[in-house]
Amino acid sequence: MSLTRAERTIIVSMWGKVSTQADIIGTEALERLFSSYPQTKTYFPHFDLHAGSAQLRAHGSKVVAAVGDAVKSIDNVAGALSKLSELHAYVLRVDPVNFKLLSHCLLVTVASHFPADFTADAHAAWDKFLSIVSRVLTEKYR
Amino acid sequence: MVHLTGEEKSAVTALWGKVNVEEVGGEALGRLLVVYPWTQRFFESFGDLSTADAVMKNANVKKHGKKVLASFSEGLKHLDDLKGTFAALSELHCDKLHVDPENFRLLGNVLVVVLAENLKNEFTPELQSAYQKVAPGVANALAHNYH
Repeated sequence: MSLTRAERTIIVSMWGKVSTQADIIGTEALERLFSSYPQTKTYFPHFDLHAGSAQLRAHGSKVVAAVGDAVKSIDNVAGALSKLSELHAYVLRVDPVNFKLLSHCLLVTVASHFPADFTADAHAAWDKFLSIVSRVLTEKYR
Repeated sequence: MVHLTGEEKSAVTALWGKVNVEEVGGEALGRLLVVYPWTQRFFESFGDLSTADAVMKNANVKKHGKKVLASFSEGLKHLDDLKGTFAALSELHCDKLHVDPENFRLLGNVLVVVLAENLKNEFTPELQSAYQKVAPGVANALAHNYH
């Protein structure tokens, strides 16, 4: 599975807008993840996960920055996220099922903030792109 | 059984009152077919599904989406007995339509995204969380009589 040229164009152009609200998007996606899927909080026992927490904001920023890195190297996501892939495989070891959950919450967040841009085509492109990112991050698990 | 608090149930119902069930049904079904094109396998008689635009404007998709969401709406009135409410539909989807229940989960999540797109910041994390319980509840009820 790889992105078509049209899909790449959609992602890159939407990212221009999304990145201006990167912190808000990242934080909200995580809030949605922890709220809808409380089991995901088990990976953050060391965090204060209350709404508005500085740690949540910082981590949300980090996550969105990584997505941004993937967008900037959209022709080589595996290369761009290689270190992060190793981190997830050998250190963090987040169960692969959780990447789908976070991807879904990112989609919900982007859809609610950018409804006019989030056409059916854009929805499809984003879903595909986030699956690719998820696949890259779990590639080295075994 | 879906475990929602009284507050969550009220919030779900209140939000649903703001939803244009006809339109959202068509939107959700259309997006299912666009985002997960393999789901088109159930709709070969629907006509032109060749592009996102064709799908989203397809009259059969809109009509069927409306039907599906009306059913979902009915479910929202019977959150304490989803299995009973969807028993007959479950048998239909298994015996006549031969639909893999995974498709109900996919549609549930597409519906959540469409709600977010339509309701924007009204679709708070708490509301999403409630709907993320309702949607799989309906999906499981639809899968319950599979054999």
